[in-house]
Amino acid sequence: MLETPSIRYAMLTVLLSVFMVSGCSTLPKTEPETQPPMHEFTEVVPQDKEFAVQVYDPLEGFNRGVYRFNYYFDKYLFLPVVRTYQFILPDYAENRVSNFIDNVYEFNNFTNNLLQLKFKQTGITLARFAINTTVGIAGLWDPATSWGLYRQTEDFGQTLGHYGVGHGPYLVLPVLGPSNLRDTTGLVGDTLAFNNLGPPYWVDDDDVTLAFTVVTAIDKRKRVPFRYYGSGSPFEYEQIRMLYTKKRELEIDK
Amino acid sequence: MRVWLINITVCLFLGLSTVALAADKPYFYPYVNPYEATVMELPPYYHAAIPETVPTKTFKLKVFPERIIPEVFWYENGLDCSLVFQKGKAPLVFVIAGTGARHNSPKMLNLQKALYQAGYHVLSITSPTHMHFIVNASSTFTPGHLYEDAKDIYRVMQMAIDEVKNDIEISGYHLTGYSLGGIQSAFVAMLDEEKKFFDFKRVLLINPPVNLYNSVTRLDRLLVENIPGGINNLDSWLDTVMNRLAEAEKEMGYFELSGEYIYKAYKRFPPREDFLASLIGVSFRTDSSNMIFAADVMKGGGYITPKNAGMSNSTALTPFYLVASRTSFDDYFRNHFVPFYKNRDPSLTEEGLIEMLSLHQIEPYLRSARKIGLLHNEDDVILQPGEIDYLQDVFGGRAKVFPTGGHCGNMNHQDVVEFIVKFFAGQEG
Repeated sequence: MLETPSIRYAMLTVLLSVFMVSGCSTLPKTEPETQPPMHEFTEVVPQDKEFAVQVYDPLEGFNRGVYRFNYYFDKYLFLPVVRTYQFILPDYAENRVSNFIDNVYEFNNFTNNLLQLKFKQTGITLARFAINTTVGIAGLWDPATSWGLYRQTEDFGQTLGHYGVGHGPYLVLPVLGPSNLRDTTGLVGDTLAFNNLGPPYWVDDDDVTLAFTVVTAIDKRKRVPFRYYGSGSPFEYEQIRMLYTKKRELEIDK
Repeated sequence: MRVWLINITVCLFLGLSTVALAADKPYFYPYVNPYEATVMELPPYYHAAIPETVPTKTFKLKVFPERIIPEVFWYENGLDCSLVFQKGKAPLVFVIAGTGARHNSPKMLNLQKALYQAGYHVLSITSPTHMHFIVNASSTFTPGHLYEDAKDIYRVMQMAIDEVKNDIEISGYHLTGYSLGGIQSAFVAMLDEEKKFFDFKRVLLINPPVNLYNSVTRLDRLLVENIPGGINNLDSWLDTVMNRLAEAEKEMGYFELSGEYIYKAYKRFPPREDFLASLIGVSFRTDSSNMIFAADVMKGGGYITPKNAGMSNSTALTPFYLVASRTSFDDYFRNHFVPFYKNRDPSLTEEGLIEMLSLHQIEPYLRSARKIGLLHNEDDVILQPGEIDYLQDVFGGRAKVFPTGGHCGNMNHQDVVEFIVKFFAGQEG
């Protein structure tokens, strides 16, 4: 079971981050003729205050490298694959696939709601899974939402946060994008639980699991409208880092 | 029933279609407050019916092939333009994006679709204030100068036509742009009178400022005046925004980033005016700080980044981000823009430059050029009191002013799109 791609992935990430930390400096290279700017950071920005954009990011050099890798990966591999997928399948079929995947992943919502002792949400998740798997025909449709049973998303990163674990250093994961030490740990936990106790374990067919993992990746990318440097900001790395951190805080507080 | 029959009969007799009758239905815009009108998404009910997708080709222009792009902009390697094309011979409309907007921003896409539907090729140009344009296509690295920007835009337009002329058949040229792109259209049209490359048939200015400096300082003030404690308290403002979204999600049971959702949330929790105003202010400050950073780096630094320092693709930009977001347009204008142009022409003064960057400066041309039309809103937040009257006086019958719509808020409204299409067909203005 440890052979599934997502686990190998997570392990690779951790290894990479250990080895490549010392990689590159994040300060501008100075030369003898370097002069300070007219508006200098230390004068313009209050130094006794912490700003939301200053997220703890000790591995910034490495993270920026991965961000760059993701930009090229997205451009030359991921998005072309997503476009081909969208070209082949009609929208209607794509939506059925999305629903199917969401339904399979209710497993993670269930375990994490339960771990956080959110019994009402756990119940809703269970009811959604039951309704959508039966009435919604193996989860291809989502009648539960139209009946007012909304999806209760929780993951293990949120569970850790719920019990007081801080976000730790910011991390950019290859392909998967923004994360931090807590959420990466959460991701590994969720993947382990999903693979060893959840649907892949029930199905017990490595080929099916692999196919499912690949389609999930494509579907997930399809649903995120984000395009690297589509924001038009030279500070996109900083903005994503801040928004990701804020978004996770809110998700944990809810 | 009988009234309906009489209507039809009258229409038939007078040779009017029921469509013409429908067009007489008075303009209605669901937001009365100009800040709401600017910020809020127009509910789909009022949208013009436009195609969902149109045939589009995106291409890159190496405007200055010799230019070495600094490593900090590692993702930039040429200016993207997009062409929406017809199969047969058709006139082409150039569209210039507004401040900080790209050739494919949502407003640009809407214009492209509406114009495509009306039978035009559409060539879209990213705003000269956008980082992407500054890095790849600016000759001065000091955007905001309408005469200089017009030259940069003109160069790009010529190269773009060169690029596509073998693929499509063009029967003539039109020009339009919204917001800053609107006022730039006027200056590009004037430049063309001299260069005669395009010989534009119709030029439409959509929600342009009258005086650039006055309009941007108004936008900047929206931030300063509506965020308690100013920019150093932007974080708590951001927290408020995020918390409100979270509250809305909790109340409504779900969240999605769609116009319909935001409209529903808006109906349920009407936002306060100061909040809407601050949203416009923050959005403008974001655009202008991106612009200032890009301009400074391209010039070799000295304003908000160190001079002669190498910034690589791994350089941490957080300190520069914090400085850039604390640099107002007014700062940029006085400390960067004015000295640069004064250096070129010592006779220039600050006041002289402010006056120069306005429609007042080219008023005689605007009065005489019958090809130029204006589309505006009476409640546009970028205009000063009296400016709408000034515009109506200058453009006379060529001005179409809607009573509400804020700053470019109504650009996809069915009546507005209808006017735009009719304008290029020569039926309006």
